[in-house]
Formats: sequence, structure tokens, C-alpha cells
Amino acid sequence: MTQSAVPKQRSFPKIEFTDSEAGALEFPSSKSRAYNYYQPAKLRATMYEDVTVDVQPDPDRHLSQGWIYGFGDGPGGYPKEWTAAKSSNWHAFLDPNEEWNQTIYRNNSAIVRQVDLCLQNAKRARAYDGWNPAWLKFVERNLGAWMHAENGLALHVFTSIQRSGPTNMINTAVAVNAAHKMRFAQDLALFNLDLSEADVPFDGSAHIGVWKDAPEWQPTREVVERLTAVGDWCELLFATNIVFEQLVGSLFRTELVMQIAARNGDYITPTIVGTGEYDYDRDLNYTRNLFRLLTRDAEFGETNKALFGDWLATWVPRCLDAAQALQPIWSQPADKPVTFASSLDAAKQKFRSLLEDLGLDSPKELDQ
Amino acid sequence: MSRQSLTKAHAKITELSWEPTFATPATRFGTDYTFERAPKKDPLKQIMRSYFPMEEEKDNRVYGAMDGAIRGNMFRQVQQRWLEWQKLFLSIIPFPEISAARAMPMAIDAVPNPEIHNGLAVQMIDEVRHSTIQMNLKKLYMNNYIDPAGFDMTEKAFANNYAGTIGRQFGEGFITGDAITAANIYLTVVAETAFTNTLFVAMPDEAAANGDYLLPTVVHSVQSDESRHISNGYSILLMALADERNRPLLERDLRYAWWNNHCVVDAAIGTFIEYGTKDRRKDRESYAEMWRRWIYDDYYRSYLLPLEKYGLTIPHDLVEEAWNRITNKGYVHEVARFFATGWPVNYWRIDAMTDTDFEWFEHKYPGWYSKYGKWWENYNRLAYPGRNKPIAFEEVGYQYPHRCWTCMVPALIREDMVTEKVDDQWRTYCSETCYWTDAVAFRSEYEGRPTPNMGRLTGFREWETLHHNKDLADIVADLGYVRDDGKTLIGQPHLDLDDPKKMWTLDDVRGNTFMSPNVLLNQMSDAEREAHVAAYKANGTKAAG
Ligand SMILES: [Fe+2]
Ligand SMILES: [Fe+2]
Ligand SMILES: [Zn+2]
Repeated sequence: MTQSAVPKQRSFPKIEFTDSEAGALEFPSSKSRAYNYYQPAKLRATMYEDVTVDVQPDPDRHLSQGWIYGFGDGPGGYPKEWTAAKSSNWHAFLDPNEEWNQTIYRNNSAIVRQVDLCLQNAKRARAYDGWNPAWLKFVERNLGAWMHAENGLALHVFTSIQRSGPTNMINTAVAVNAAHKMRFAQDLALFNLDLSEADVPFDGSAHIGVWKDAPEWQPTREVVERLTAVGDWCELLFATNIVFEQLVGSLFRTELVMQIAARNGDYITPTIVGTGEYDYDRDLNYTRNLFRLLTRDAEFGETNKALFGDWLATWVPRCLDAAQALQPIWSQPADKPVTFASSLDAAKQKFRSLLEDLGLDSPKELDQ
Repeated sequence: MSRQSLTKAHAKITELSWEPTFATPATRFGTDYTFERAPKKDPLKQIMRSYFPMEEEKDNRVYGAMDGAIRGNMFRQVQQRWLEWQKLFLSIIPFPEISAARAMPMAIDAVPNPEIHNGLAVQMIDEVRHSTIQMNLKKLYMNNYIDPAGFDMTEKAFANNYAGTIGRQFGEGFITGDAITAANIYLTVVAETAFTNTLFVAMPDEAAANGDYLLPTVVHSVQSDESRHISNGYSILLMALADERNRPLLERDLRYAWWNNHCVVDAAIGTFIEYGTKDRRKDRESYAEMWRRWIYDDYYRSYLLPLEKYGLTIPHDLVEEAWNRITNKGYVHEVARFFATGWPVNYWRIDAMTDTDFEWFEHKYPGWYSKYGKWWENYNRLAYPGRNKPIAFEEVGYQYPHRCWTCMVPALIREDMVTEKVDDQWRTYCSETCYWTDAVAFRSEYEGRPTPNMGRLTGFREWETLHHNKDLADIVADLGYVRDDGKTLIGQPHLDLDDPKKMWTLDDVRGNTFMSPNVLLNQMSDAEREAHVAAYKANGTKAAG
């Protein structure tokens, strides 16, 4: 076809008034304006429930033809056998944080802005200039090592789990947990970048060697790597959010970094690490709800408790080893307002009360 | 962030990964692909610090538009013909979206390249966004559109309906079987790279032409995340291509994924666009024309063909045959007629076609009237209860079709139907390729090499089997497709809501026994079956009615 100079005639679809609004007519179901295929937890369904429940179907609920693809070695979909834990109704779990599209981006964007502002202010105020060399070293090595753990958990623990849970509510809560971890790990890395660009003695590449070789961090790295090797999604969630996060994560973040940073003239680190603390708080919330549901299950509660006892027996010693190995870092800062013993005690105490809340016995290893 | 600091930031977050030495991540989802010789490819990276605010901003625009649509009484000008089909579409699509999220760890496990893991994890969050933002849109329709029936039972209907099951492949296919087949070739290289263009670009145009500008707002926002996903998939594809041993698997998976996507997506989206619209301007693009642009030119010629320089054999024959099915074999028209035949077991209403529609179809698809016109006239004639049964049970020259065991769209291009005994059962397929998918591709051995990780076709694949020899009224009641008066059907073969006498009830459809074509086929003797299949295939070329 040759090019034509004649302008193409513009053409538009016709808009028509159809009166297709709600209420325009009365007829059977004309007022049926709620999703009616599930029972909301309270009288009225929440936005979270409406956009989450039953989006991942279940042959035990409405899925009449079953899963239409299988794996080479077993059924497809989301088999309940992918964990040894049992529930008489997995669908009873709802995320207390009610995470969906809007909350994910609102909450994380708010945190992004907070961290961003804090780092900008730090630069403008030349805040790093005032840090003593011991503290710079502490942040360079230890916060540097820790960000690897956060990133590893994001990609190989939480992202991984969300393929496997039997309901959409479980998997979405865990996916949001992964997003938190990924954001937090990156924030620590970009903080590290800022420090390496500031006019202070800070080696931005030291974190790699510390994470890979420093003896105090090897048992932590070992637990993180062992976590990623767990096949049972529920064990993975339990071992990570209940055991590792309490005995190692909170020990490092809450009982050490948050306690000592300010005393060493650093108001930046607590702001950033505080966001990780806030995330864990939310993530522990959903995790606690899920495991409470499992330990209180009328049919399977007792067998679940026994199972979780086994998981504790496996993971508590590993995490305590990791915690013990970290002891030397308590004496690295110039100002040492807390001792390792008191920090570990505090972490153990909180861990015990979490277990109590779940109806689980404290493992004997904890007292050693 | 400046470009320079962005580059530095990217390099920095790359430092977060490490080679494990104590234990390696569990391989929960295996693959028969190998990546040992793969060069490391670097896809688009995403820094969470810019990602979250960017997406929040996109969200704000979407939610702002939603408020505006309600304040502006959008539903006064929405075409019911169009919005009814959204009851089907929006019941299906949140599941593929969330499945894409769930598929990401499969790709992460399979591909030993930390550079790519970050992008895949971000995609996971995007897909949670897509699934929940679409569920919310559907809720808005339920609350503001004249007829909420069908929206109100959406996820249940999706899970027990024949059309929901067809759509479910576009989702289960992402999360099951060989990790690369599922999470890379089927999901990204084919579904996202090719077919999201018809889903999220072509279809919303049609929505806007029918008075609905919210669907475009939401799905364009969804589509804007897609280029990152396509980049993830392309990186993995190039890594796979670097190893000679992956070549036969890639070729197998491209054939399966291409053909299955065509069967499923073109059936659904083709029907929505051609039969769900009131816009019959002669110069508006038909689905076939859109397909030519988005799939043939943009995908096949610009994306697939260049892969040949890596020595990969592209399924040219299947691309051409898909085009042939759409333009010459009436694929979309057959599917639309099939959906309309099954109206009592739908959870949406299907409008009749008028002379204006006929004219448009004849203009875009010459010969349309002689094949389908009479049937749609009968559909119109049989629209109201009282004097006649539902059209599926009236003599209108249309035989209820056999279902394809693989893609689960029926074998509607009747002369192409393949009938074979597979796994000790007589099965029908819509095409040679669907037969090959079941009999050859989804097996534990392929071309003499073990493929233990390849998926399997499972489940009660013929929907009709579940309802064999039951009364239609009982089937509808069991499915729950009944309105809140306890008797009026959700599905109706017309759009008239003003007169209760025009609405079909359970009593109106009672007395019709529904038979499964596959159950009957397996009860036949060899001679009966051969005669039956020959007649079925011969019927295909004749004009109906
Ligand atoms: Fe998506
Ligand atoms: Fe996507
Ligand atoms: Zn087929």
C-alpha cells in the first residue's frame, strides 16, 4: 500500500446509557452484594478476607475436578502432606495484619520514606563523622554480616515457603514476610554503601569476609544455610520465625544493636534496624496465630505439640550455638552498656514466654 | 536516585548473596534442565527502596479512578453484555496471578544464579498485588453493577465450573511439574510475554468501548509490571539455551506452552472481545486482527523468531496453525457458541446476537452467517422459558461436543478431533498437539531420555463425567448457580431482568438428563465408537442448522 495523504477518519465507540447501576431494578439476587462462598471470621467480611479467601482453591472446599496437573512424583496443587503438621481446618488461619495489595505498598513505602529521610539527614548533618572507630568497625563487620542473613531468609526461606502452604492466607502472609526481609536486607546494604562513601574509615566490602569466614558468624551462617535446606514448609516457618528469630535475630537486633547504638553516638542504625524490628513484630504476629491454631487444634493439637517439640530439639541447640558464638561482638564497641549474658537471658526469657503462649514446653536445652 | 548512584546501589545489593558451604537450599521442585554451563545473565534489578513507592503511586491512581468511577456513575453506561463476561474472566484471573507468585521459588530453586533471584522475588510481590487488586475490582463490580449474581459466588463458581477449569490450567501450569517448564517457559516465556498482551492490552480497549474504564485502569496498571517479569524469564531462557542438553526440552516445552496458551487464552479472550462487545464499528479491530498485531507480529516475529540464532527450533507450524484456527476454522466462534449452549451451567448471562452483530461478523469473518447465523437465531428464539427447553436440549443441528482431554476446551473443530486410547481410557483431543501433550510430553521419558520431573495430567478432567446421567436441575442446584429466591438460575440466555417470567428457574430446566460424552464413548463397542467418531468429524465441516 502506498502512503495516502487523505487523513484517516476518526472513529469512536458509541457510549450508550444503559442504566446498569446497582438498584436500577429488583429481581432475584439483585441485592446479593457480598461474597457468599465463605464464612467471614466476624459478622462482616473484611477487605482482606474478600481478596484472599479461596483464591487458592482446595479440593476439600469447592474444587470439584481436583488439581488438573500433578508432579512427576506426586499430586499437584498444595498437598497438605507437604508438612508433618496437621490441622482440622487450615483455612481457619487469617493474617492478623490483613495484608493485601494496598497494605503491602502503603506500609513498606512509609518505611522507605522514613529510612530515606533518616539517611539524608545523616549525610547532611555529617553524623558519621562523630562515630568512634570501634563503632564504625562494629557496624562495618556485624551489621554487614547480618544483612546476608536477612537476604538469605527473604529469598530462600520465606519466598520458598509461600509455594507450599495449603491456603492462600498462609502463603500470602509469608510472601509479605519475604518482602519485608528483602527490603530490610537491601536497606542495610545501602546504608553500608552510604557509610563507605562517607569521609570516615569504613570498609564497605568487609562484610563479605566476615559473613563467610569470621568465626563468630559461622554458626549463624550455618543455621541460615541449614534452614534453607528444610523441605517441610511448616518446620521451616517454625524454625525461622519462632526459634532463629528469637534466639539469634532478636538477640542481635533487639538485645544488642538497639541497646547500644545510641550510647555509641549512632542514631541512624536504630532507625533502620528498628524497621526490621517492626517487621518482625508483625511477622511474629501471624506466625504466632498460625502455630497457636495448630497447638490448640481439637483433633491434632497434641500430635502437633509433640512434633513442634521435636523441631525445638533440633533447632534450639543450633540457634544457641550461633548465639554463643556471637559473644565476642558484645565487647567490640567502645561503650558496652549490656553484657552478652544479660542479652541472651533477655532473649531466652522472651522466647520462653512465646513458647508458653503457644502451649509448648521449653526445651531442656534452653536451660543449659 | 541518579543513574550513577543507581548503578552503585545495584552493585551493592548484589553483594548480599553468597555461595553456601554448610548446606544448600532444598530442591523442593525439581527440573530436568541443567544449568551447570550457563553463563550468568543479569536481568533488570529492582531496589525495594524505589520499588515500593513506585507501586504505591500506581495503586493510588487505580484507587483514585475507582472512586471516580463510582462518583461518576460509570455503571449507568456499562454494557451488560460486556460486564456479564467479567463474571467469568474475573473469577479466573486472580488464581493465575497468585499462582505466578507461588511459582517464583520454583524458578529460584532451579536456576543457580543469585543475580536473578532478586528479580524473581520482586515478581512474587507484584503478583500478590495483581491477584488482590483484581479481587477488589470484582468486588466493586459486585457492589455497583445491576446484577451481582455470579460475582457473589465467584471463587466457588471458578472451582466447580467447566470454564473455570479450562482457565485453571493458566495457573496450575505455572506451579506444577518441571520447575523450568512451569515457572519459566509456560509462565513467562509464553503466557506473560505473549498472551498478557491480549489479556491486559487488547481486552481493556474493548471494555472501554463498552463503557467500563475501570478494567483498563486496573489491568494496565498490572501490565506495567510485566516488562520486569518478561526480563526475568528471558534471562533464564538464555541461560537454559547455553546448554545443548536443554535443547530438546526447550523445544518440547515451547510446543506445549504455546499450544496450550493458544487453546485456553484465545478461547476465553477471543469470546469476550468478539461476543461480549456492543461496539460493531466496521473499523474496530476484530480479535483476529488484534491477534495478528499482538501475538503474530509482536511476539512471534519480534521475540520468538530471533531465538533461532541460538539454534533453537521455534514451533512455526503451531503458530501458523493457531492463526489458521482463529481465521479459517472459526475457533473463537465455536467456543462462543459452546459457552452459549451451556448457559444453564454458567454463572453469567449471555446476550443474544442481533442483526448488527451478524453484519459485523460477516464483514470480519466472511462466511460467518452460513456457519453460525442460524444457531444464534435459534438461541434468540429459545431465550425464554415455558415453551421450550434450554437450547442444548432442543434440536438445532448442534451436537454437544467431546472435550479435549488436554486443554479441556472441547474438540470444536470437529474434523480435527483425535481419539486415542491413552492410559487405558478412550480420550478425545481437540488437535494432534493436545494429543501429543498428553501422550508424549507429560511423561517420565521424552525422546529416550528420562524426564522424571515432568508434570502429569491429573484430576477429573472431563467436567461432564462428574454430572453424568443427572437431571439438569439437580446439576445446577448442586453447583449452587441459583439466585437468592432459591429457584431462579444465575445463568440466563438473555439480558432481560425486568420481567420475572423471562427468567429461567430450576423447574424450567428439570426433566433434561445430562450425559457425559466421554463416559458414553468408553461404553461403546469398537464398531460403535468408530462410527460415532467418523460422524462427529464429518459434522464439523457442515454449516450448522
Ligand atoms: Fe501478574
Ligand atoms: Fe507477571
Ligand atoms: Zn486441546
